[in-house]
Amino acid sequence: MSSYFDTAPRSARGFLDSGESGGGLLSWIFSTDHKRIGLLYLSAIVCLFLIGVLLGLLIRLELIAPGETLMGAQTYNAVFTLHGVIMIFLFIIPGIPAVFGNLMLPIQIGARDVAFPRLNLLSWWLYMLGGAMAISALFSGGGPPDTGWTFYVPFSLETTTNVSMAALGVFVLGFSSILTGLNFIVTVHRLRAEGMTWTRLPLFVWSLYATAWVQVLATPILGITVVLIILERIFSTGLFDPTRGGDPIMYQHLFWIYSHPAVYIMVLPGMGVVSDIIPVFSRKPIFGYMAIALSSLAIAAFGSLVWGHHMFTSGMSDMAILVFSLLTFIVAIPSAIKVFNWVATLYKGSIHLDPPMLFALSFILLFSIGGLTGLVLGAAATDIHVHDTYFVVAHFHYVMFGGTGFAFFAALHFWLPKVFGRMYDRKIANLSWGILFVGFNILYFSMMVVGLRGMPRRYYDYVPEFTVLNVMATVGSWILAAGLFLMFANLLRGMLRGAPAGDNPWRAATLEWSIPSPPPAENFAADPVVTRGPYDFKGAGLS
Amino acid sequence: MSSASKHIVSDRIFILVWLALLALTGVTVAVSHIDLGPWNVWLALSIASFKSGLVIAFFMHMKYENRLLKGFFFCALLTLAIFIGFTFFDVHYR
Repeated sequence: MSSYFDTAPRSARGFLDSGESGGGLLSWIFSTDHKRIGLLYLSAIVCLFLIGVLLGLLIRLELIAPGETLMGAQTYNAVFTLHGVIMIFLFIIPGIPAVFGNLMLPIQIGARDVAFPRLNLLSWWLYMLGGAMAISALFSGGGPPDTGWTFYVPFSLETTTNVSMAALGVFVLGFSSILTGLNFIVTVHRLRAEGMTWTRLPLFVWSLYATAWVQVLATPILGITVVLIILERIFSTGLFDPTRGGDPIMYQHLFWIYSHPAVYIMVLPGMGVVSDIIPVFSRKPIFGYMAIALSSLAIAAFGSLVWGHHMFTSGMSDMAILVFSLLTFIVAIPSAIKVFNWVATLYKGSIHLDPPMLFALSFILLFSIGGLTGLVLGAAATDIHVHDTYFVVAHFHYVMFGGTGFAFFAALHFWLPKVFGRMYDRKIANLSWGILFVGFNILYFSMMVVGLRGMPRRYYDYVPEFTVLNVMATVGSWILAAGLFLMFANLLRGMLRGAPAGDNPWRAATLEWSIPSPPPAENFAADPVVTRGPYDFKGAGLS
Repeated sequence: MSSASKHIVSDRIFILVWLALLALTGVTVAVSHIDLGPWNVWLALSIASFKSGLVIAFFMHMKYENRLLKGFFFCALLTLAIFIGFTFFDVHYR
């Protein structure tokens, strides 16, 4: 792999260069450059992610032994609520689109910026405002919310904790997500370079495009839902109160109409990252380009119709359970199409196990485990057995962390050398991947087994029979945390002091690798004309 | 986009649409006094959908937009219809 490494020194700092503007904080937080906004998101999201990790470690520490270990029941409820709110709304949902969509989408389609740069900056400000509101719920009103990230009624209407502030924060975050999605849809339609046809779009762009549609169409429902909670808490109109003609299951419908498609907002961009990385490190064009591109749209469409599988035990009608169960099985098909095509791309490829590839390959494995355990939950009969157990917790961590989280780490290792023009230490990156992978599986596989044995979720205590598996899970969380620390420290050091990475350290064929590292302020010296596909290594002279 | 910005809707059409909206509001109120069982909701939703269709077509100029934008808008409407339809579907069979 050393031949991959162009060590030619570069003096230009591209968009990172403050130039005549002075380069203070203001030149960043009021910048409309999509790359600077991407880095603003990155710094905020990584900080919030680390807070979420810390809360997760506290949860696991509490569960290392039965009984009260570290915190009481009320504190435990608040900690797992905040862990969920931060990880879902502030890390995983915005993660890849807001960071790498902003950093790379315009460059990948040959544009100078997104269609609405000021709106893009507003999205970031709304993200920061919503995040600040959600965090401030910890220290204001009646104390940190204890409802879980789902804010289920009737408890969320009765609790005296500061649910209203957290819900208002989620409402504002929703606007940030909608505006980013809108911006990306218009950008892909209007700003593609000459020759950048739909069949020449990188698959990361396709995935962001499908995600953006879900963001625009489904997020308003979440906005309405959290506003209803706030109104109910203030005016007590009885919308969800059956004694006054309301329907508590209606809340669950409204919540999951958004929050299940949100799973695809989380995972589709990750699939796009993997689709871009695998051909580069297999030195082969992607297998089944159109199948992967169209399966993104199919996942976005069918994924919006399966929300009822979260409600099989809620009292929903049997007919609805049957229909939602069937649709859940259907959405597995486009996901499986992607996995098949990734594996087919690897077949007879010249595989290079560099850090981005290791993370991408582990995405395929972990996402497959998460997806297949999802079918256990999608079938009504088995779902009733494992509902609200640690099996569900393990399942969604395999999808969200093993899937989207590992894809985010893959994207960090793949694109940060382009963004900063500097390379991290690849041996340490490989080591951190190994520690992360081992820690992840010890942590969440233990949870899966203890869930199948019947341990319910959301309690700070458990019966002594579950102790061994809980100790294993907690030790796994420490290994995972060590891997994360090593990975971020290595990336940070690489960004600041790494060796020059060169313009195209991975010998990739998409457009972003044809410009200098770091990219210049307006990306391209002259508007590019695209004459080949995104994975045509031969056409790009890189075979 | 440009086709819509160039199009000027006449005052006469605006007034006719406005009158139609007022009349349909009257119809909504009138039928709410008739007990049609579960069909009351469907009727009220149908009239409301037609009214919003008029607003979108004429006041928001969607009628004069190009096919791509109309297609996108249709996707949004279809999604909303599915969300509402599936939720009602559960209530209906409960």
